Amino acid sequence: MSWITNYVRPKIRALVLQKEIPDNMWDKCLGCDSMLFHREFQKNLNVCHHCGHHMMIGVMERLDSMFDDAKYEVIELAKNNDDPLKFKDVKKYSDRLKDARSKTKRDDAIVVAYGKIKGNDIVISAFDFKFMGGSMGKAVGDGIVKGAELAVEKKCPFMVIPASGGARMQESTISLMQMPRSIVAVEMVKDAGLPYIVLLTYPTTGGVSASFAMVGDIHIAEPKAMIGFAGRRVIEETIREKLPADFQTAEYLLDHGMVDMVVHRQDMAAEVGKILDLLMVPNKADIDKNDQPETAKQA
Amino acid sequence: MLDFEKQVVELEAKINELQDMNDNDSNDIDVNSEITRMKNKANKILKESYKKLTPQQKVQVARHPERPHFKDYIEELIEDFTVLAGDRYFGEDIALMAGIGRFRGQTCIIMGQEKGNDTTSRIAHNFGMPKPEGYRKAQRLMKMANQFNLPVISLVDTAGAYPGLGAEERGQSEAIAKSIESCLRLETPMISVIIGEGGSGGAIAIAAADKVIMLEHSIYSVISPEGCASILWRSAEFAADAAKALKLTAQDLKKINIIDKIIKEPLGGAHRNQSETIQSVGDEIEKTLKELAKIDGKKLKENRHKKYLAMGS
Repeated sequence: MSWITNYVRPKIRALVLQKEIPDNMWDKCLGCDSMLFHREFQKNLNVCHHCGHHMMIGVMERLDSMFDDAKYEVIELAKNNDDPLKFKDVKKYSDRLKDARSKTKRDDAIVVAYGKIKGNDIVISAFDFKFMGGSMGKAVGDGIVKGAELAVEKKCPFMVIPASGGARMQESTISLMQMPRSIVAVEMVKDAGLPYIVLLTYPTTGGVSASFAMVGDIHIAEPKAMIGFAGRRVIEETIREKLPADFQTAEYLLDHGMVDMVVHRQDMAAEVGKILDLLMVPNKADIDKNDQPETAKQA
Repeated sequence: MLDFEKQVVELEAKINELQDMNDNDSNDIDVNSEITRMKNKANKILKESYKKLTPQQKVQVARHPERPHFKDYIEELIEDFTVLAGDRYFGEDIALMAGIGRFRGQTCIIMGQEKGNDTTSRIAHNFGMPKPEGYRKAQRLMKMANQFNLPVISLVDTAGAYPGLGAEERGQSEAIAKSIESCLRLETPMISVIIGEGGSGGAIAIAAADKVIMLEHSIYSVISPEGCASILWRSAEFAADAAKALKLTAQDLKKINIIDKIIKEPLGGAHRNQSETIQSVGDEIEKTLKELAKIDGKKLKENRHKKYLAMGS
């Protein structure tokens, strides 16, 4: 505060001290506290260029970064019966949905997209953490089922990118039932002989990690992503012990054999493209063969 | 003792006193009519209070320490129960017990969480909260069920999967996910009965079944009412509100088709008559198994997949 701010009256103060820079010009790295120039940070896919810390990225920016030339088709999902349980805590669930929708301009916490990664067709169902913490209710389950069905139809791999705190409490047991439901969905992909890949991002916890997210053919994680079943606080309260700092991070899971690899966001599309090449080229003959009528198969 | 049962318990104590008097004394006072009168009164109170249990009271009944547990069911319903131990990777976990045995003449795989009934056994069974080893053992047995064409019966009673350091290290999420997957891959009948608490992922891990049945006063929820209240209401004091909002009672869940059937409990809840409860559960399992036995294994799996794909619609 300078003498002028103390001296001038509030209204004039607003005039005198007009902000020279907009709020969104700078971002602060959550890893090393560096100030990051927004446009640069964005170009760097929300990864700090000082320390490499991966911060959350919007679901559309994520999809842009994955698909070739940022080109893909967003698949529309059927409208849902909102709030079937008429859930109300301190706030009505229907109001929470309304708020989340106006904030994200999205119907629920998932986007289904179809396009190419390094020339390979792929369907991706990606979570939007900004929509009620990416929590999984019926609509999110729909996004996984729809994505799986489309992958089977297009005979292409399926990828899910969770960013979710877990089940959506406001849908109670209906949300719990999305665990087996999503597993049935990805079973369809596996039964069709198609790869099912999971890209675990910050955070993947609770009912989401304990269902479709842990039954992938390939598990990829982003650096430092938090992945686990129970929350850190709950565990600390249960065992009355401090947990190691790297507990439930992607690297910790890699050490414990739960993920195949930890991949930097900038290398993600290339890495996934390479895996798709490896899995799909030799596999293609088999998938096409399955498609032929029985008589042709015997011949 | 549950607070809404206080009056009944007091009455019952008096009845016992009178009964003793009646047995010991040879005096002429006839207390029989008084005993009958008091018994009727106790039953009436029980009937009234159990007719209109609030969700929070149901939570209390579902967690009642004297409610029959997994082992009680095994003892009364299963012949030659043979415990099968271990996940073949890391260890044995008796929070989730499993084995083969004969249920009314039919060899089955039986599994379920056991909470224990005194301090020592509760600690040994980790209060019925399984670790990954438990769920991996469940997977192993479900594979075995497919191999030997055996039906699977699971009795669910858990506050949830264990939230611990080791459990996370060994992949609690993966163990639960794969356990659900194992249920869904079965080509034999699977019946799950929620006998007490159906606590979230720890419960569904062994309950993605063809038929899911609940005891009248059991509960099934995505999160405990206390946990839900502390997150959404920011205080566990609102557990009763959360219990109501979560629609965790058997009656609510039947209405939205999450479960298939409700088994009636004896007057005053399962803990007042363990044997009667266990027999009604046995009868319902027998009936359901007979129905499911008519369906071909591949078809069972297909139907189960359809059932879970439609969940929530």
